[in-house]
Amino acid sequence: MTAVTRYLRSLMLVELFRGLSVTWRHMVAPKFTLNYPEEKTPKSNRFRGLHALRRYPNGEERCIACKLCEAVCPALAITIDSEQRDDGTRRTTRYDIDLFKCIYCGFCEESCPVDSIVETDFHEYHFENRGENIVSKQQLLALGDRFETSIAAARRQDAAYR
Amino acid sequence: MDMQTLQTLLWTLAKIFIIIIPITLTVAYYTYAERKVIGYMQSRIGPNRVGPWGLLQPFADVFKLLFKEIILPANANKFLFYLAPVLTLGPALAAWAVVPFSDWLILADINASLLYVLALTSMGVYGIIVAGWASNSKYAFLGALRSAAQIISYEIAMGFALVCVLIAAGDISLKGIVEAQQGGVFDWFWLPLLPMFMVYFISGVAETNRAPFDVAEGESEIVAGFHVEYAGAAFAVFFLAEYANMILISALTALLFAGGWLSPFENVPVLGGTLLATHGIGWFLAKTVFFMFFFLWFRATFPRYRYDQIMRLGWKVLIPITIVWVVVAAVLVLTGAIVRGS
Repeated sequence: MTAVTRYLRSLMLVELFRGLSVTWRHMVAPKFTLNYPEEKTPKSNRFRGLHALRRYPNGEERCIACKLCEAVCPALAITIDSEQRDDGTRRTTRYDIDLFKCIYCGFCEESCPVDSIVETDFHEYHFENRGENIVSKQQLLALGDRFETSIAAARRQDAAYR
Repeated sequence: MDMQTLQTLLWTLAKIFIIIIPITLTVAYYTYAERKVIGYMQSRIGPNRVGPWGLLQPFADVFKLLFKEIILPANANKFLFYLAPVLTLGPALAAWAVVPFSDWLILADINASLLYVLALTSMGVYGIIVAGWASNSKYAFLGALRSAAQIISYEIAMGFALVCVLIAAGDISLKGIVEAQQGGVFDWFWLPLLPMFMVYFISGVAETNRAPFDVAEGESEIVAGFHVEYAGAAFAVFFLAEYANMILISALTALLFAGGWLSPFENVPVLGGTLLATHGIGWFLAKTVFFMFFFLWFRATFPRYRYDQIMRLGWKVLIPITIVWVVVAAVLVLTGAIVRGS
């Protein structure tokens, strides 16, 4: 009996019509696609994107060359040289991040005692030439100036949980 | 050449262009519709970058293909290699000569047009075999062999299904077959010949090497089958032929089983005299598009049959059914269950 039923079912194309109904339901169902450059998904304020070095409101760079970030970096992406400045403070002469080595773990930001090195929520960047993956201190400071508002806003939002 | 002959020649040429250009455009937008429909069925949205809603995507694709180089494989037979796409496209377009778009819109109203269509659709496989052989490639050759075996097998089932249509219609011209179906949606041949309608459409999908019968291409096994060595414009011609064949099979299904240009509401009293009850090319096009949609739907739904499963389905399922139904159709006609042109 089961053989006959199975034969009839396959002859009536039952399974095939059920398959067709599945694809039909998917066709008329709403789509979740985001048209990326025009539409973007919301980002967390803890998003870890491109790095930046921040300044104090008076324009003085925050970094005191304590090298904690260099020490904590699990990918050894940060290279720091430092010297004593004329006013007696210790400052970096070189602050390079190799973005190819960086794993965007955020440990540098966590370790920083003066909130100098941060990861911004900016992630839409690219390199066109060899060597551009290593960002220098000047570039990092410029990035800090460029994104200061969003960096500060993100830190303010997260402050209650720290 | 005198004036009269020249005039006839030019007029025929003009008529050919009037048919071929819309078909080419339909093919272009059929590929777009395919990507959109399959995208939607896979919960995506398909191409939407070129032009509004991606409407210019087919032209981007065409220009890309036309500007690409046609690569001739080493030790390939040059003449046959270039001839094969033409051999495939030629029959696919030539078959349109006898397709009646409405009761007067036919390029060539010949009295055995169904036979002509059958002959030409079978011709297409030669292009595929030649392409597979001339490419000097294992994969192309395997694809060509598979395609040949498959098309021969399904041609038989298709032929028998058409025999049923001929028995029911009592006519072998496409126009006569459509006219035998008059009387509204339930007088069309899809109902009395329902199994044949299914068999014909399944064989049609197999004939055009479309999913789930696309072993001739079989991306996952033999790369792209018979056209694996083709690039650029030559590949575009194969593509054009495949889609033109799909449209042709849809149009034939509409003519043979769904009443062609006849209105489905012919004998509904309320609609008498309104546009819905009027016959016309619009109905034919709507039905064709309806069947064209099924090709896309099938491709999005069914996984590819294994080669031996295709052979089993063709020889051990479809052909016996059609042979039985030839007798049934004859009995139906004799007992008056199918009335011609009621």
